[in-house]
Amino acid sequence: MNAVRWTALLALCLLSIPGQPLADTGSCQVLRGARVYLPSGPVDGALVVVVGDRIAEAGLRIAGLTELDDGRVSYDGSICALTDVGGKVVTAGLVDPSTALGLVEVGLESRTRDMEWEGGAPVRAALRVADAYNPRSTLIPIARLQGVTSAVIAPTGGLISGQGGWVDLAGGTQAETVIDPSVAVYADLRATKSRAASLRLLAEALDDARFYARNRRAHEQSRLARDFSTGIPDLVALTRVVDGSVPLVVPVDRASDIEALLRFAESQGIRLVVAGGAEAWLLREKLAEAGVPVIVDPLVYGPGSFDQIEGRPDNAALLDAAGVPVLLSTWSSHFTRNLRQRAGNAVRGGLDHTSAIRAITETPARVFGQPDRGRIAAGARANLVVWSGDPLELSSAVERLVIGGRDVPLVSRQTELRDRYRDQPGIPLAPLPLSD
Amino acid sequence: MNINPRATRAVFLVLLLLPAGAFAAPGGKGEQTSKAVALNDVDEAEERGLRAVEARDASEGPLVVLDGGTVMTATGKVFAPGYVVLEGGRILQVGEGSAPSVDGAQVLDVTGQFVTPGLIDTHSHLGVYASPSAKAHSDGNEATAPTTPGVWAEHSFSPQDPGIQRAVAGGVTAMQVLPGSANLIGGRGVVLSMVPHRGGRAMRFPGAPETIKMACGENPKRVYGGRGGAPSTRMGNLRGTRAAFFKAERLLARLESHAEEGGKKKGKKKGRKDRVAEGEVEPGGAAWNRDKDAPDRDLDLETLVGVLRGEILPQIHCYRAYDMLAMMQVADEFDFRIRSFHHALDAYKIRDVLAEHEVASSTWADWWGFKVEAYDGIPENAALLTEAGARAIIHSDSSKGIQRLNQEAAKAYYSGLAAGIDLTEDDALAWITLHPAWALGIDGVTGTLEPDKRADVVVWDGHPFSVYSRARLVFIEGVLRHDVDRPQTWSDFAVGQEVTP
Repeated sequence: MNAVRWTALLALCLLSIPGQPLADTGSCQVLRGARVYLPSGPVDGALVVVVGDRIAEAGLRIAGLTELDDGRVSYDGSICALTDVGGKVVTAGLVDPSTALGLVEVGLESRTRDMEWEGGAPVRAALRVADAYNPRSTLIPIARLQGVTSAVIAPTGGLISGQGGWVDLAGGTQAETVIDPSVAVYADLRATKSRAASLRLLAEALDDARFYARNRRAHEQSRLARDFSTGIPDLVALTRVVDGSVPLVVPVDRASDIEALLRFAESQGIRLVVAGGAEAWLLREKLAEAGVPVIVDPLVYGPGSFDQIEGRPDNAALLDAAGVPVLLSTWSSHFTRNLRQRAGNAVRGGLDHTSAIRAITETPARVFGQPDRGRIAAGARANLVVWSGDPLELSSAVERLVIGGRDVPLVSRQTELRDRYRDQPGIPLAPLPLSD
Repeated sequence: MNINPRATRAVFLVLLLLPAGAFAAPGGKGEQTSKAVALNDVDEAEERGLRAVEARDASEGPLVVLDGGTVMTATGKVFAPGYVVLEGGRILQVGEGSAPSVDGAQVLDVTGQFVTPGLIDTHSHLGVYASPSAKAHSDGNEATAPTTPGVWAEHSFSPQDPGIQRAVAGGVTAMQVLPGSANLIGGRGVVLSMVPHRGGRAMRFPGAPETIKMACGENPKRVYGGRGGAPSTRMGNLRGTRAAFFKAERLLARLESHAEEGGKKKGKKKGRKDRVAEGEVEPGGAAWNRDKDAPDRDLDLETLVGVLRGEILPQIHCYRAYDMLAMMQVADEFDFRIRSFHHALDAYKIRDVLAEHEVASSTWADWWGFKVEAYDGIPENAALLTEAGARAIIHSDSSKGIQRLNQEAAKAYYSGLAAGIDLTEDDALAWITLHPAWALGIDGVTGTLEPDKRADVVVWDGHPFSVYSRARLVFIEGVLRHDVDRPQTWSDFAVGQEVTP
């Protein structure tokens, strides 16, 4: 992550707080008494102050917070609603770093699917799946009900699949929900019949992008004799990979492929994110040294395929202990709600509990360029979940969901179906009385 | 109680003669009869080709006392603390408080841990789509014709699938391996006891009835319609299924008239013809082969004859309420009983009908949406079925899901509780133990912790509904097959993979 950009963003957030009109109780609320997962780890009995769509402050003691006689509190000149959440657990909203949420409604119905440009050119770096994002998909409230408030939506297919975007899971328009349409570019070594060929073609595309960036004017004036391996829009998109603004995410499991990619990323000077990484634990020291994050599926341990032979349940634990940034994902659309169960299974496999929480909140936010999300800290976006207990435990439930400072109702198409059939089987339609 | 293999077989033969109702637990639904035919238990001299040429593992279960844990029996009783005594592959005693002293027993202190029956999965493709994923391992769908009742999952089953050991490590002690759902009638399933062997036959769960996999809805019409053939619609599906059963009815009628002719000869000993006709032996077994007057054998139709006779338990892949009802009409037309629908995401919409007709629903905790017929799945499905008195089962249909059936049951359980549905932990445990045992016709011998049942027992290091818990010890027929601290390598595939130059 670009440190300058992060600091600037945070400063901007902090600056924006005092400027807001705060008299309205609805825009200021205080959660008190829960175990709160702060960036430093869980803290029992911490306070969280939300003003507008941001977290104003969070911690054990907050200066300027005064309890009033009527059960409310005043904070920084405004009156805030106080909610006692003693015995509960509060985390930042969960982030799934690799999903197809909003890109598919029904898996087998191709006309509802938009993850992949089937039959398209092998390099389609300019494709942004966020342009196809449907924030009104029924999958979104269903994922949200299990605490997922943000996701990276990822393209698939081709050698360079396109750009993934960051979405927040509340709101009915792309304008409200697509926070950044381009947080990463995706590549797939299995696009050709040889991993070696894929790497060669990838190198060619990146080299073209670099050359194009340096000679853009000459190209526009038709003074270049060089032919490019792909279209100009793709080269423009790849410029952001070449200059390190966004990472190249590559789904890969086999240790030797990860090793080849590490070498490739170093020689190209690009940021790499390993997605899958069933055998990544074998290369944990190299990954840590290169600072390459790994998106792990804690339930993939081999041999699901010949690429996962050395997969093991403590993959995430070993990577984390070695200092590799670990992200956990469902790799899913309809099953995104199981993100916390996946994280629980990573803990079952040996991952530290606090690391597991970070792997589905703070780390994906940082890796995908959204440092004001995934954390409960002053200035961060108020995406919060109040849990009845341990967020990773199956017996716990989401009791309250706040996205962008607003409470989101805990309903989905599935709860509506459940309620429709709750009292009786059969479609609950009574005969219509004759009207006058 | 010393059980030798011959005595074991005798016990199972006795059980087989009982109606399935006798297997059912108190309060369970036991009306449905299943005249089970067990391949391991037929007269070996007569039924060549049906006995296992590979001898079953003869390891004797030791005398073991599991003392001090929370014992969840799946019979409605929880003993905290309680004890379980295992001997010779059977459960000798189960009770509350501290264990009685048992001479010569090895006592395992499981204080703070949880003891449950072995988990049972009604829907697995382990071995027929073996890991690692490879074209060569695609043995689950004989998608060359829409009705192939004559194929057996057993004949595709690879006991070298590394997923089998992973399932045992997740607490699974028995499973049904099924053909896929490309076909309307995909072939016979096979119920296995998860003891490693070199071939599928020796892994058959002793005494388990035969099963058949059928499918309705999108898959068959997509597979065959996509090739420009039939079926290409749901109505085409039903035509194909009914046409197959019409033919089977004709064969059954011919077998019955053949038996009448045989009966006129009045031998003292039952003749081979009677046995063929009465279905005492595997339909299509050696006796039939050697009866020159019998109707011609037909591997496809004789399997369906087994269904019509109630000997082969139908397991039907179906998602939609209206598809399930259509299949129940078929069952009514041909007078057979559907044992379990599989996937059954809409089951909650017809839970009254399923309860009345005693059809089980094998479903997931929260799968949905991967196709249109799965669009209405809700996590409260199993809970709503249970509340209505229908039989709910959590199955996996997944080489990963089978490794954590306990977690899947837990999700369905907590979803039900959150919706205000009155459920006990025992109800939810039964979704992965007693009820699947019933759906497979083996609830008389496994599925609960009760004296005289098979010692299929799991010791968990925490509550089985916690995401963090692991199956620490897994006993199958009283023999310890998994210890989390002493991993073994079951599959040859894993051997030598870690060797580096």
